[in-house]
Amino acid sequence: MENFKTDFEKTLKNNNLSDKEIAFKNLNAKEFSSHGFPNRKDEDWKFSDINQIIKKEIGELNFYSEQLKKSEIDKNILLNEIEHNKLFFINGQLVQIDFNSEDKDKIEFLTNQNNIDEKLADNSLINLNNALSNKSYKLLVKKNYQIKKPLIIYHTTNSVLTSQNINLKINFELEENSTLKLIDLVKDEGNKNFINIFYNFSLEKNSILKNYKIDQFENENIRYMFNNIKQSSNSVSETFYLSKGSTFSKNEIFCDLKGEHSSAFVNGIFSLDKSKHHEIKTKINHFVENTKSYQLVKSVLENKSRSVYQGKIYVDSKAQKTDGYQLSKAILVDDTTEFNAKPELEIYADDVKCSHGSASGSLDENSIFYLMSRGLSYKEARELLINGFLVEVINQITDEPIKKLIKNLYGLKNEY
Amino acid sequence: MREKELEKLKDYKYGFSTDIENFKAPKGLNEDVIKFISNIKKEPKWLLDWRLKAYNRVKVLKEPNWQKPKYPKIDYQDLYYYSAPKSFKEKPKSLDELDPKLIETYNKLGIPLNEQKRLNGIAVDAVFDSVSVATTFKDTLTEKGIIFCSISEAIQKHPDLVKKYLGSVIPITDHYFATLNSAVFTDGSFVYIPPGVKCPMELSTYFRINASDTGQFERTLIIADKGSYVSYLEGCTAPMRDENQLHAANVELIALDDAEIKYSTVQNWYPGDKDGKGGIYNFVTKRGLCKGKNSKISWTQVETGSAITWKYPSCILQGDNSVGEFYSIAITNNHQKADTGTKMIHLGKNTKSKIISKGISAGFSDMTYRGLVDISPKSMNSSNYTQCDSLLMGNKCGAHTIPYIKNKNANSNIAHEATTSKISDEQLHYCQQRGLNSEEAVSLIVNGFCKEVLQQLPMEFAVEAQKLVGISLEGSVG
Repeated sequence: MENFKTDFEKTLKNNNLSDKEIAFKNLNAKEFSSHGFPNRKDEDWKFSDINQIIKKEIGELNFYSEQLKKSEIDKNILLNEIEHNKLFFINGQLVQIDFNSEDKDKIEFLTNQNNIDEKLADNSLINLNNALSNKSYKLLVKKNYQIKKPLIIYHTTNSVLTSQNINLKINFELEENSTLKLIDLVKDEGNKNFINIFYNFSLEKNSILKNYKIDQFENENIRYMFNNIKQSSNSVSETFYLSKGSTFSKNEIFCDLKGEHSSAFVNGIFSLDKSKHHEIKTKINHFVENTKSYQLVKSVLENKSRSVYQGKIYVDSKAQKTDGYQLSKAILVDDTTEFNAKPELEIYADDVKCSHGSASGSLDENSIFYLMSRGLSYKEARELLINGFLVEVINQITDEPIKKLIKNLYGLKNEY
Repeated sequence: MREKELEKLKDYKYGFSTDIENFKAPKGLNEDVIKFISNIKKEPKWLLDWRLKAYNRVKVLKEPNWQKPKYPKIDYQDLYYYSAPKSFKEKPKSLDELDPKLIETYNKLGIPLNEQKRLNGIAVDAVFDSVSVATTFKDTLTEKGIIFCSISEAIQKHPDLVKKYLGSVIPITDHYFATLNSAVFTDGSFVYIPPGVKCPMELSTYFRINASDTGQFERTLIIADKGSYVSYLEGCTAPMRDENQLHAANVELIALDDAEIKYSTVQNWYPGDKDGKGGIYNFVTKRGLCKGKNSKISWTQVETGSAITWKYPSCILQGDNSVGEFYSIAITNNHQKADTGTKMIHLGKNTKSKIISKGISAGFSDMTYRGLVDISPKSMNSSNYTQCDSLLMGNKCGAHTIPYIKNKNANSNIAHEATTSKISDEQLHYCQQRGLNSEEAVSLIVNGFCKEVLQQLPMEFAVEAQKLVGISLEGSVG
């Protein structure tokens, strides 16, 4: 924590901040200093002790990020098979903004926003983010505008970067009847960094948000991503996680369904090996009548890896006719793996339909035998079963081109 | 005044208190009180040392506070830790010497202590405040070599067995309430079933809290030796009082090779009045150890009473091929709160566990199912099936499900299902159309909802439990 104090002071000194911002940053820094990184004693981190993980994988963290010289974008990273808008971050710094295919007056990307939240978050990693992230960014999609091409946000690091904490905060505002398709793509050269990304989404009436987070490529970073979503009536949010590449990753989603007929969909895949430890934690709050949420998370675990799913559905006493569903399934391929789940329901209204299911076990030997008796090798049979198991989640994606893109990225053939 | 009392009793028929002179230890929790308890029970030195060791740990432990139902702070110095009817200073040798008032109390509760009067052939150990008052059918059991007596008696007569097993499942290094119990436990039941013996009758303990300001800290220890079988029932009631009373019992079960223990509870402690005043805090630690191969422990509970129920009867499946089962119905009404469930810890190979939990909440109550299924890396070919269903009546109450699922073995399967719903209007309409009034209809539907659990109970208990389910929900519809 000594490091944090000196680095925090450096951040205050070297950035041009208003008094209000300084006060807000001080408050958050104080919160973070008193709690530190969450550990196993925090119920929310019961299965993933990030304090220990950072100590073990990184050791001392460096909290102050230097303004780097202009870096070149590695063209190989770009996903060329799909036309898209882009925001390109290298080591947490924005190097390219490209909304060329959109109407200029319908979409706005603002940098240098005052980074002040109304309320102090009850989450020490968000406090850390607020204390250290410089100016925050804001994306505004205006009334009745449907984004034409998806926006891809590239989160990349340089190979020079190590033992560094990166914080990034973006606010998204979707006005009435607007649509945003957003892909977060993670690609790292740098290793052993702690990356902390905080998104706020505000969804007005009839707006649609589709967010696909892709952590596909092998890297040794520790990652925390928090999506805070507020939904008005008739809005839809769809969030998809492909959780695969990082050493440690925790994706958290906190979704308030505040308008009638709003709905939230969360789908996730864990495909892990090599001692990786990933978690998805959700909290969906149903505050009003006739809201819907659906969650589906599947894991395939190999070679000392571990996945965690903590899902919570909260139904307020006013939220009659809520439809809430959670399903988590895991295949433990070998004996060294571990699957932990805590699917939670907290319900205060009686006329609701809420259920959850969780199942975990090994690959079904009978199915393997069936396939092998029809001429497949063990390896092929196994692969077929695992892919069939996971593809159900990818098929939940409602955007066809993006579904195809993700299947390609994951290495699934199109016939699945 | 008298009429008012009677009016109150209508709702909770066990709410009367017996006017009996009590002999109490001084108020408060300290070494002297523990020495006092140990002394009055003429306990050997090892047990006193054990109690003091537990007490020293209580001093450093903190009360847990992660549970859903919160309660005002308990002043542990303002409680009596030992209370006995005065006539018990010298324990009566037989039923004839027992204070008639006590016999009357148990008759009123529907538990005749007189053997001739009992038709159903259940052996009963009755615990009144801090002491066991009578154990019936002793001779029949002794013939088979079965030991069924109060734990105080067992400490005197079978010290080796007690010393070997006491604290082997719930050690004194456990959580706050369990450790507090180890320090100050007063009485409870002790059962030992010798190898190969199938216990010919149901064994039963009836717990009664009578005196005010007392906590009841009983300790039950059941050992089923190789190849034996026992079915054990537990019932509880308490008088209606405005203050909250603490009940922190420990129950330890040990099943050796091929043995089976079936433990059933019908818990009907005083739940407090309609506004949530008074009632028992039922903070009980129940844990069973399937120590031997092919052993089986099954918990069945019907929880309708107590202001706050906070307990997780658990199974540690240590022996290979051992089986753990948990069947539960929990009903909360008015301002009652419950946070209950189970833990299934799989350690041995080929172990199986099954959890069926039914929660019903009505009025302003709050119900939480919290459960843990943990399959360790060495526990090959193990499986668990969990089903927890909740039923809500009205939108002032809450029903919550918090399962913790940990699978660390690739050859093991865990399946978990949970649903939350209400009684559908179609079902109610169907029943009412056929002549049932709305309360009867609800009672019928709820009993159907609970059937899977009710049928696990022994016959006599099942009938009683079924009635209890109906009564607990009275006034919750409409």
